[in-house]
Amino acid sequence: MSLVSALDGNALIVGLKGRLDQDNCDAFRDELTPHLDTAARDHLAIVLDLSQLEYVSSAGLRCFMLAVKQAKTFNGRIVVAALQPMVAEIFQISRFDMLLNVFETVAAAKAGVATDASDQKK
Amino acid sequence: MIVRFWGTRGSIPVALTSDDIRDKIVQALLKASGRSFASSEEASAFARDELGFAVKNTYGGHTPCVELDLGGDEYYVCDMGSGARPFGAHLLARQQGRPATVNIFVSHVHWDHIMGFPFFGPAYVPGTRIRIHGCHDVLEHAFRLQQAPPCFPVEFDQMAASMEFIQLTPGKTQVVGGLSVTPGLQLHSGDSYGYRFNVNGKSIVYSTDSEHKLENSDEAKRFADFFREADMVIFDAMYALADAISVKADWGHSSNIVGVELCQMALAKHLVLFHHEPANSDATLERLLNETRRFEELTREGPMLKVSSSFDGMEIEL
Repeated sequence: MSLVSALDGNALIVGLKGRLDQDNCDAFRDELTPHLDTAARDHLAIVLDLSQLEYVSSAGLRCFMLAVKQAKTFNGRIVVAALQPMVAEIFQISRFDMLLNVFETVAAAKAGVATDASDQKK
Repeated sequence: MIVRFWGTRGSIPVALTSDDIRDKIVQALLKASGRSFASSEEASAFARDELGFAVKNTYGGHTPCVELDLGGDEYYVCDMGSGARPFGAHLLARQQGRPATVNIFVSHVHWDHIMGFPFFGPAYVPGTRIRIHGCHDVLEHAFRLQQAPPCFPVEFDQMAASMEFIQLTPGKTQVVGGLSVTPGLQLHSGDSYGYRFNVNGKSIVYSTDSEHKLENSDEAKRFADFFREADMVIFDAMYALADAISVKADWGHSSNIVGVELCQMALAKHLVLFHHEPANSDATLERLLNETRRFEELTREGPMLKVSSSFDGMEIEL
């Protein structure tokens, strides 16, 4: 899995493509590490753009949870956005939609994390 | 062979409350929507054909006890949760005074898995032969301890049946009466053991109180081998995946999602959700079953995996 990233305001948009399961979980975590470092250094939120993610297994879901936990260590934030219908159903059935912040679109996610950043400054 | 579920709930027995019953009646009346029934048969047919499981039935509240009915005077049962009481009544009624041999396979000795034994009627009948199989070296101690004063009025040695404790070895297949059994170590506080039974060409896996760490692919492969092409896998699906790997990590239980994934890896034929969370209502358990079936459909790449949710009194013929 190769991650594509783009900076957009106070959010780092990181796109995933294909499948995330037992076979590529470690690779995903390794590839996400520099993005987490950037987010920590520059006080950015990470928006995981899942619009190109076709499937996620339980092991893949666990990777999302670990990434969120890791971000919390530097007071950072990771949200997920633009889930394909099948991935959205898997989130709902596994109750990961209650564990992670899920947004319908990347734009909504950017707005959501921007609001949070604004609240933190008040 | 018939697999008969006498207790399917985890941790502690539960019962429907008055409010629960009233809610079911209300839902049934709403569904009937002013219809009238000329006879109890007509009303029964309506209930049977038009009401959902969670309205017309209940998953029940007894803790684990699953019988493998091979026929005859020798019995086979996994765990002695509170479901052991109705199982004992069934056994005595069927035997009509004939002596029975009861082979018990104990996953582990946590209370919800042995609490029914002091209420297991056949244990009080002279001539009954009870053989308690398990892998824990504390097996006999635990059975005696729960009946020691001041916890219970009848001590273990006062029971009339002949008792025998048989130590099994994980990974080693052993013939017990009409079946062969292979125990497998599972991740749970104090360890638990799953059992793979082979009977007349059919294989059944009883795997409860087992946590699966998703980061350990070797363990997943080991379980897939244990479940390999099983005709039925009875699986601990106590929590939602999100809970099982976050707030309830290390609590020793698993989820419906992991059950489907392991059974798909193993090419097992039938997944039976088991060890239900005691806080879950009938409606919640029915929804979980439907969601699990949908997850299986979404992720299916090979043959279809049948998915059921166990309930007290359920029978499946293999």
